[in-house]
Formats: sequence, structure tokens, C-alpha cells
Amino acid sequence: MSTVPEDLRYSKEHEWVRVDGDVATIGITQFAQDQLGDVVFVELPSPGARVRQFASLGVVESVKAASDVYAPVSGEVTERNVKVIESPELVNTEPYEGGWLVKVKLADRGELSTLLSAGDYRSHIGDTAPTGGD
Amino acid sequence: MTSGTLLRTPLHEEHVALGAKMVPFAGWEMPIQYRDGIVTEHRAVRTAAGIFDLSHMGEVHVRGPRAGATVDRLVSSDIAGLEVGKARYGLLCNEKGTIVDDVIVYRLEAETYLIVVNASNAAKDVAHIRRHVGGDADVEDASLDTALIAVQGPRAAVIMSSVTDLEIREATVEDLAPFGVVAARVGGARAHVARTGYTGEDGFEVFVPWDRAVGPWARLLAAGGALGLRPIGLGARDTLRLEARYSLYGNEIDETTDPIEAGLGWTCHLAKDFIGRDAIAKAKERGPDRKIVGLVVEGGVARHGHQVVHDGKAVGHVTSGTFGPTVGKNIALAYVPVALGKVGTELGVRIRERDIPVRVVRTPFYRREAP
Repeated sequence: MSTVPEDLRYSKEHEWVRVDGDVATIGITQFAQDQLGDVVFVELPSPGARVRQFASLGVVESVKAASDVYAPVSGEVTERNVKVIESPELVNTEPYEGGWLVKVKLADRGELSTLLSAGDYRSHIGDTAPTGGD
Repeated sequence: MTSGTLLRTPLHEEHVALGAKMVPFAGWEMPIQYRDGIVTEHRAVRTAAGIFDLSHMGEVHVRGPRAGATVDRLVSSDIAGLEVGKARYGLLCNEKGTIVDDVIVYRLEAETYLIVVNASNAAKDVAHIRRHVGGDADVEDASLDTALIAVQGPRAAVIMSSVTDLEIREATVEDLAPFGVVAARVGGARAHVARTGYTGEDGFEVFVPWDRAVGPWARLLAAGGALGLRPIGLGARDTLRLEARYSLYGNEIDETTDPIEAGLGWTCHLAKDFIGRDAIAKAKERGPDRKIVGLVVEGGVARHGHQVVHDGKAVGHVTSGTFGPTVGKNIALAYVPVALGKVGTELGVRIRERDIPVRVVRTPFYRREAP
């Protein structure tokens, strides 16, 4: 069973988005980090870079393999998580908190409606058991 | 390949119960990691001990009065000089002097040799061995009758000794010399125990009958639990062997590489006749064009197949790369031109269209301190 916080939106590619005003914080889900295994390297765009919804945003490398992270929303990167670059294991240990990847200034709030709710994401990953809260 | 066609080891249910992630590997369904992940498993082997199911590997017995001379002709290393109760690493080569597989040969009895081969090459190797042995000895493919359990790490000896009885009463498994092999009972099962491994640590490999594998596995896990013994999947097996700079067939070596460029010239006993000997002797005399070097990568993880670049030009390729949990760095092995292989040379590895700086370093990346 995977933790899927209620207050986030999700992509089918296992990214999450937390919206605060017009800024979206982006990371990868508990399910995704569990599939990847120990994360040892992250490559993230610099502030000022523009990302497009569902295009590659960066790369998360586990011991086993490199995986693209796709931007769940379009916009301009305002900040990248320097701590996660220094300590990539935060993606495993705190995927929804200290393991966030980038903050993006939303270009189109309408894109949020194309993302999954927590319930839909749970179904997407085949997790039908109730979550224990987060 | 669908999971329906994959083979399972006799320890399959043990892995599932231990929370393993099972993946297809060389036609087998194998644990890549257990619950706590590759880095935790890797560290357990370096600091305590790990237990591995290697039952997918192939075991070929060669028996008969001429078995020694026959295996000596098959394998690059000095098998004629191998004593009973000893094992030796070597290569199966073809007449072109390139590598068919890397193997360990165990002389179990005066006229009985066990050749342990990679799972990915087992069918090819058995055919190769049968073709070259002809009528000179009996060849038995015991791969599906033989389970293989490895216990590796600084606490391997104490864990093994608690569940092992040697046939020689006065000796214990802790007295077994490196590359020694003895008949024993492990966890109640008839076994051969060898002091061999693929991790860079002290350790043992235990050959048991296929249908008796669960007993020793469970007894070893129980005996080692309080000492930090963990089950280890193929993921950590790869990071461990890479830190120790052991070759992996399909990465560093294959039928396009010769032993000299692969850094395995030391396994070739050129004073004897063996398949591929003449070509390898020529390659040695000529000197290799390229060699395998160790790389430390800053700012990315190099992977198998990535190009090595110098002055913007591709000059070689990465054979294996990962994060090395014990060395704490991203490490790789790569083929580069000999002139660019000196320790300290600055090169690049092309990762996602960018050239990431790398430095040639001494190998192995990790060496166990003398006990």
C-alpha cells in the first residue's frame, strides 16, 4: 500500500503537484520512489527554465537505472531543491516533503484539471486499500 | 519474455516471503532486491553478511580419468596444477581468442571437476564444453539439480560454521582456505562448501541438491539474523562486484573481447595448450589497443553503453556503471584507448547528450582490509 496524500494532484507518470497560489511544487510519488529503489542522483532544471506539461523535466537516477521525471504542469522554474541534489535519498525517505524537486510558476491553471485526484491516482497504481492518512 | 516461461529457483517462495522484488534475469525469475533496497543490502555485505540465491547459475560436472587434462584444455587457467579440494577462476575461450564465458573450476575429487558458469551462458557453455570434450570425459549438466547459496561478508565464516559440519571431523569451515572446497553438511543437507565469491568480501558458496535448498537457506538466515545477515538480491550483487572490479559477462567481457584488453591476461596460462591460446598469445605480444579502466564520475551516473569522450570525440564506452555505496561515488568501468588509460587522465562520459567529466582511477574501487 502506497501513501497518496489527499491534497495533491497526480500525473499518470507518478509525479505529484502541490499548488500554493500560482506556484506548483513538484515531486515524485511514494509509489514511484518505491519502484525506482535507492535514488542516488537527481538532475533538475535551473530557475528560469521553462517546462512544458508532460515533457521531460529532469532525471532521477536510482542504483539500477535512470528515469525521466515529466513536468505535470507547464511554467517557469522558480526554485529547485538544492537539498535533494546534495542528498538524493530524500526522494526515498520524504517523497512528499523534503524530497520535492522543483517549484514552477504555473503558466496555465487549466492544466491542473487534466491531472488525477488522489483517489484516481490510487486506482491508477492499483492501490485499492484505504490509505492510513498522511 | 513473459513470466510464464521463466524458471524459478527452489528458493522462490522464500524470496517472496522476504518481500523480494522479482525480475526476469537470464531466463530466470530472480530477486533484484528485498524490502530495504540495494544500498542497505550492499552495506550489510560489507559490514556484516549477506545471503544470496545463485541457483540460476549453471553447474557442469566433468568426470573421468582424463577429466583433468580435458578441463585444462577447455579453460584458460592452470587446471592441470589444481589440487583436489581447490578452485580456480578462468575463462572459456574460442579459437579466435575471445571470451565465451568466465567460470570457476572446482576440483571436487581426483577425477571430478565442477565448472560453474553464468546463467546467461549456460546453454551455450554446455554445448561448447560437450563439443570440445567429445568422448574424452563424461559431461553432466547438473544446473537444474544444483542449488547455489552464497554467504558473503566479514561475519560469513562465523555464520557458516554454526550450521556446517565438515566431513573431516577435526576441521571447521572457518579453516577452509580461500578457493578451497570441501564436502560438508549445511543445515542438514549434503553440500559442497567453497570459499569463493563475487563481492570482494570473505565468503562461501554452498552447492546443495535442488530439492534440499530450503533447509540450509532457512538455517543460515536464522543463524545469521542476530549478526546482521540479510538476503541480498542481484542489484547489490552488481554494485558489490563492480566496487571489487570483477568482470561481468555481457558487460566487460563477451565474444568480441579478448582476455588481454579485458585485464584478464593473468587468468591465461600461456605455457599450456588451451582453446584460444595461440590467438591470445598473439594479442598479448601485439599489445592491446584498448583496456578497461576505472572511472569516477562527477555529476551523473555512467551506465553500460554510454560513450567515453576525449576532446569531443567518442573514444570508448562504459561497460558497467553505478553508484558505489561503500566508495560513496559514482563509479564505472570503461574501455578506452591504452594511451588514455593512465590513472589521473581526465575524460568525459556522454550522459543524456552532455559530456560529464570523469577521471581514470585505480581499481579495484574497493579493497577489503586484511583481516
